[in-house]
Amino acid sequence: MLDYAWIIPLLPAASFFLILFFGKKMPRKGSEIGIAAVGIAFTLALATNVSWWDHVDNPPAGHEEVVEGESAAVSAPGQEGEAEEHETVEPVTQEVTWFESGGVDIKVGMLLDGPAVMMLLVVTTVSLLVHIYSTDYVGGDRRYTHFFAFLSLFTASMLGLVIAKSTLQLIVMWELVGVCSFVLIGHWWEEKANSDAALKAFITNRVGDVGLIIGVILLFWTVGSFDILETNAAALDGSVGHSTLLIASCCLIAAVMSKSGQFILHTWLPDAMAGPTPVSALIHAATMVVAGIYMVARLYAVFFEGLSIGTSSFNLLALVGGVTVLGGAGLAFVQNDIKKVLAYSTVSQLGYMVMALGIGAWTAALFHLFTHAFFKACLFLGSGSVSHAVHSFDMKKDMGGLRKWMPQTYRTFVIASAALIGIFPLAGFWSKDEILAGANQLGGSGHYTVFMIIGIVGAFMTAAYMTRTIWYTFFGEFRGHGQPHESGPRIVVPLWILAALGVTAGLVNLPSALAPDSGALRFEHYFEPKGNYFPAVNFSHPEFSLAIAVGSTIIGLAGITLAYLWYFRGLGPHGITERNRAARAGYTVLLNKYYFDHLYTDIIVADVKGPIARATYWFDRNVLDGIVNGTGRFATVLGRFTYERIDQQVVDGAINGSAAAAEGGGQIFRQLTSGKVQQYGALLFGAAALFAGVIILFV
Amino acid sequence: MEDLLVNQFLLLGAILFCIGVYGVIARKNTVLVLMSIELILNAVNINLLTFGALMGDVAGSVFALFIIAVAAAEVGVGLAMVLIIYRNRSSVDLDDIDSMRG
Repeated sequence: MLDYAWIIPLLPAASFFLILFFGKKMPRKGSEIGIAAVGIAFTLALATNVSWWDHVDNPPAGHEEVVEGESAAVSAPGQEGEAEEHETVEPVTQEVTWFESGGVDIKVGMLLDGPAVMMLLVVTTVSLLVHIYSTDYVGGDRRYTHFFAFLSLFTASMLGLVIAKSTLQLIVMWELVGVCSFVLIGHWWEEKANSDAALKAFITNRVGDVGLIIGVILLFWTVGSFDILETNAAALDGSVGHSTLLIASCCLIAAVMSKSGQFILHTWLPDAMAGPTPVSALIHAATMVVAGIYMVARLYAVFFEGLSIGTSSFNLLALVGGVTVLGGAGLAFVQNDIKKVLAYSTVSQLGYMVMALGIGAWTAALFHLFTHAFFKACLFLGSGSVSHAVHSFDMKKDMGGLRKWMPQTYRTFVIASAALIGIFPLAGFWSKDEILAGANQLGGSGHYTVFMIIGIVGAFMTAAYMTRTIWYTFFGEFRGHGQPHESGPRIVVPLWILAALGVTAGLVNLPSALAPDSGALRFEHYFEPKGNYFPAVNFSHPEFSLAIAVGSTIIGLAGITLAYLWYFRGLGPHGITERNRAARAGYTVLLNKYYFDHLYTDIIVADVKGPIARATYWFDRNVLDGIVNGTGRFATVLGRFTYERIDQQVVDGAINGSAAAAEGGGQIFRQLTSGKVQQYGALLFGAAALFAGVIILFV
Repeated sequence: MEDLLVNQFLLLGAILFCIGVYGVIARKNTVLVLMSIELILNAVNINLLTFGALMGDVAGSVFALFIIAVAAAEVGVGLAMVLIIYRNRSSVDLDDIDSMRG
């Protein structure tokens, strides 16, 4: 199965074309094609996982001999021990030459290792559930078929990104998921806000893509290959200079900032909530936004060496993540739109992942990605279920007290929120705890203590804003209109499945202190790459720390309690934002999203677009118009010259001349045709004599 | 000796041919022109027979016989045409027959 995992992205890709061409004619308008394709892809992804686990536990026999042979051949002291200590698991690869240019083979292929296998499972699982959910949620929509076509295309390109073997292929897929995101955010493009949001998402991502392309080109020029494995290996064995790696990783961080919604390029992600809710769940919570994190995880050797993650106690990647954790969580407090709360929560959680990568807790980051995909998708789908009932996303105006009417949605939402907050023993607890432990233990002198504090504060804020959201949505009096009702089974069943995964997903990486060896750290065991392309030599894993686990749980509970007292009991200084100047100022800053949108549209864009427009206008008037007018004038002169000189004199002269010559010749030859037979005869014999003479003389 | 004989025959043919050509070009009487054509044909016959004898090949004699037959037919047709022209124009002068003049 491992050798044929490249079939998995092809299935939804085929489904995209099938839906586009035949979807409208199908009884269910094409949704059944999408569900079937993703369903098969999910089954294959499961099979791939099972084969991969077997591959890790029982590596192919031939391979081990090679490793031993190598270490024996090197036979340097210490090398042998190292080879035994760091068992390698060869990734499964397949590749074909895409095209050849300038002596460089550009290849596309499949690189199947731990993280890829894990992502295949996550993407297909969430995608399948979102497909099922969508049949109800966007049922009867005027572009229903189109919606499913692009869900398929998105799934295909995301899966393609996951197994991409070269960075070039990664870029192609990266852009493809961006396009799908653009199309699906603007699904209801008739409203200007939606198409604006789609454009904003697309354009903001372009900013980061510049960094991605520069970073990839830089790596290509120094490594000489687009291959991810070779790039990583070159970064690790020291054949690429440290400063090159540093610049390349900084460029790539820009790409992470745009794609994964990190500060300061996060502004598109909350606006992207203008798209249909299943899209938000699939693309803007579980899969596409983690593409940036996945890219870092894929090229981790570059970042690890470039940013000196293993030995420093502060670096750009961790800083970006840390700022995002707190910034996103702060903004989640002042949103009234339930989806925007979740969007900022996603921003904040993505910040955790980036921060974890920045501090060297690779496994913790991917583990958090894994668990977050499930409970955040559940929260988004839950908010979609709520809005389906009340026809609004505004928590303050149109929701409240919904737990009575929508018990299923309520329960799953609370479970997923608890998982997000990190209540023991739900999924978020294990993954967040691992990140915090990493910040406490990894790194050089002093560790990444700052980021541990950020993480704990973030956990506190997460707990508080989720409690606030639950309060506004499900408790109190219903403030909307009409009679809300529970959603149908096609919405509720995916919710329960995701909630169940949100509860249990954390159990796949139980710390070894709490579980028997066979059940502990399974995630790390199966999904962490082991080989010369992964910085394993000076790479350590954080140990489970009871103090941090208990501490973060207490902090989380404190956040819940405080929010509970504030919202449920009405305690505390309510109305402080009206009375206290400092509090009001802080509130206004949050309400305006730290003025990032103002910075971008009013200051940067406004200041830049005027001069650019004027420069363009000047260029248009003077250069382009000059060229156009000059060309016109030149053409006129040329035309006149051609007419007068060439046409009238040369061409006409030639024609008239040839006519005159023909006439003159005719006049001469006409004398010959006298009609006199004897003259003809004389000519005949003369010619024959001439011919005979020539033959006699020359032959 | 034999070469000399061949030369004499070829010379005869050539002289006959030239007389024929002169007659065709210079004579005004159509009947005389036809007779001159017969001379040319016979000059050719002599050449064919000479080379046939030289090569020891009967093909030359056969061709000569063919030409005699064709010449007879040609003279028949030619004289018939001359007769019709004479009936129409009361003249056999070639200079008067110039309706093909361009």
